[in-house]
Amino acid sequence: MEEKSWERQQASRVLVASRSFANDATFEIKKCDLHRLEEGPPVTTVLTREDGLRYYRMMQTVRRMELKADQLYKQKIIRGFCHLCDGQEACCVGLEAGINPTDHLITAYRAHGFTFTRGLSVREILAELTGRRGGCAKGKGGSMHMYAKNFYGGNGIVGAQVPLGAGIALACKYFGKDEVCLTLYGDGAANQGQIFEAYNMAALWKLPCIFICENNRYGMGTSVERAAASTDYYKRGDFIPGLRVDGMDILCVREATRFAAAYCRSGKGPILMELQTYRYHGHSMSDPGVSYRTREEIQEVRSKSDPIMLLKDRMVNSNLASVEELKEIDVEVRKEIEDAAQFATADPEPPLEELGHHIYSSDPPFEVRGANQWIKFKSIS
Amino acid sequence: MAAVSGLVRRPLEQVTVREAINQGMDEELERDEKVFLLGEEVAQYDGAYKVSRGLWKKYGDKRIIDTPISEMGFAGIAVGAAMAGLRPICEFMTFNFSMQAIDQVINSAAKTYYMSGGLQPVPIVFRGPNGASAGVAAQHSQCFAAWYGHCPGLKVVSPWNSEDAKGLIKSAIRDNNPVVVLENELMYGVPFEFSSEAQSKDFLVPIGKAKIERQGTHITVVSHSRPVGHCLEAATVLSKEGIECEVINMRTIRPMDIETIEASVVKTNHLVTVEGGWPQFGVGAEICARIMEGPAFNFLDAPAVRVTGADVPMPYAKILEDNSVPQVKDIIFAIKKTLNI
Repeated sequence: MEEKSWERQQASRVLVASRSFANDATFEIKKCDLHRLEEGPPVTTVLTREDGLRYYRMMQTVRRMELKADQLYKQKIIRGFCHLCDGQEACCVGLEAGINPTDHLITAYRAHGFTFTRGLSVREILAELTGRRGGCAKGKGGSMHMYAKNFYGGNGIVGAQVPLGAGIALACKYFGKDEVCLTLYGDGAANQGQIFEAYNMAALWKLPCIFICENNRYGMGTSVERAAASTDYYKRGDFIPGLRVDGMDILCVREATRFAAAYCRSGKGPILMELQTYRYHGHSMSDPGVSYRTREEIQEVRSKSDPIMLLKDRMVNSNLASVEELKEIDVEVRKEIEDAAQFATADPEPPLEELGHHIYSSDPPFEVRGANQWIKFKSIS
Repeated sequence: MAAVSGLVRRPLEQVTVREAINQGMDEELERDEKVFLLGEEVAQYDGAYKVSRGLWKKYGDKRIIDTPISEMGFAGIAVGAAMAGLRPICEFMTFNFSMQAIDQVINSAAKTYYMSGGLQPVPIVFRGPNGASAGVAAQHSQCFAAWYGHCPGLKVVSPWNSEDAKGLIKSAIRDNNPVVVLENELMYGVPFEFSSEAQSKDFLVPIGKAKIERQGTHITVVSHSRPVGHCLEAATVLSKEGIECEVINMRTIRPMDIETIEASVVKTNHLVTVEGGWPQFGVGAEICARIMEGPAFNFLDAPAVRVTGADVPMPYAKILEDNSVPQVKDIIFAIKKTLNI
């Protein structure tokens, strides 16, 4: 477990500063569009200084981690697929803020942010991206296959994670522990048939599943208008009630998530949330991201709707924090990322002897064939 | 318990393969609350082929779940439930329909323990009838042993008789890995004697171990599922001519018990494989490749030979269908050819 020294710093910061800062502030948030719902989430919310600092730090960590991954990829230290979520930080941090650690979450391949908010360290994430033994999947999975407690990846097949999420929700209901499953997919995946199969069964069996469409306007290079006959993703669940949420405002995401989780926990069945968000990077590192959208559009989102900027402005303007202390957090985050990147670059690759490991769970060791019949690897569970 | 049951003489029961699978599932449902069954018509209809008869009445809606016709969706739901700690039995009405869900079986179930570096096991069973039936034509007659047997991370079993069926389904349910259980519709109604061991609630057939159904010295005949019975019939006919066949019931496709086959070939010097599936890239092809690579090759007095389904989509007319699957006469012919008789 990583030493959370920043938590102690946080606490002391709050204490020392409590004389000059407000403890909390109330903010207005955008009203959600509703589908088959009489009422939606509240339009105001209270943000405490402590929560605000934590959300800021988390979003900044995700942002810098993704930018570091971009750098490492260009240096060819990260290979293969690398799908970055910078711009979408309010989604992963906001969702986590609205649920409990005992709830469950599953998403697709743009998963680094969620891997962090679900509890893994930047070290383990970057080391998995660089394919080293210190990676959270021991270098066996890479960018799209990271797992943690109550976090089921990281899934590479577009849409397949949605029935999986409904199945996790089935287990929540079966065990009767009042937990919910957040099941995420993108605007591109929203047109997959198996998602509609999952909607049907989740509604039929009243599974505590929050379906969440992270709509960043583009499925790879295809804009939503070119992919979907209906781009009202929050209505696509038909008989499932839905909310359309401003996915760039972390407080909006948090309130909507709290609302959706309460709905599911009450036994009413599934609910659908569409988070309207935006990714600064292209679809993946091999996509510059400017052939199907304009640089002006990207720049406009950055300057008007950046989630970290929005939170920072709110906190500073309401005297919840000072510009200087947020800058201090920036510096600490940069250092944390730098250290993690150092580790991820220096850590050795997994030993070749482990190539055959983890084929089966709970089994005695056996032999796995290599590239020819004379090459054998031992397989240990 | 074992000592007591040994003292008490119980008559050998006649149990059909269907009843055996039913018993196995019932016992495992009773033993572990996390086990549940889902699939089309498994609950209130008692199972499309009545394999789950009585289970819904006994265990109710929570544990025996009728699904809509959504293979990809419910297979994914079953895999997700397994990831979150339950032990689902996912029934495909036939394995032909599993093709719609095959991504969930392979990419979500089979590969996950490996990709996660050993963090996320998937204790799931996929079961249902596989292969040829009678007059159901091409889209309902495919054998998936080779397709599923190809993939690391899966276990694939193929029971022949009632003891196989009960022991393997129980082992599959208790296994912490994804297990594909390839049953056979034409075998469901066939009765077999159940030994006293098989009547026990802890009777398990180990996954990964073949069984020698009949000892012999002249030739090794390896098969799985329904064709095992045809091989035994062929062996009976040939015995009258003085040819003694050693018939091996594979029981497991993956991980394959090649050692039992090799030891037999070392003894008999001849090998014929028999399967219902298509010849190209099939189970028999794999056995032959492995025999060539191993110690048994030097003991072969003739090339290993395969008996398989015909290399066509299954036709409907009876004469065509009969000749699209291996018959006893085809097995006998192949054995005699191999022995140069």
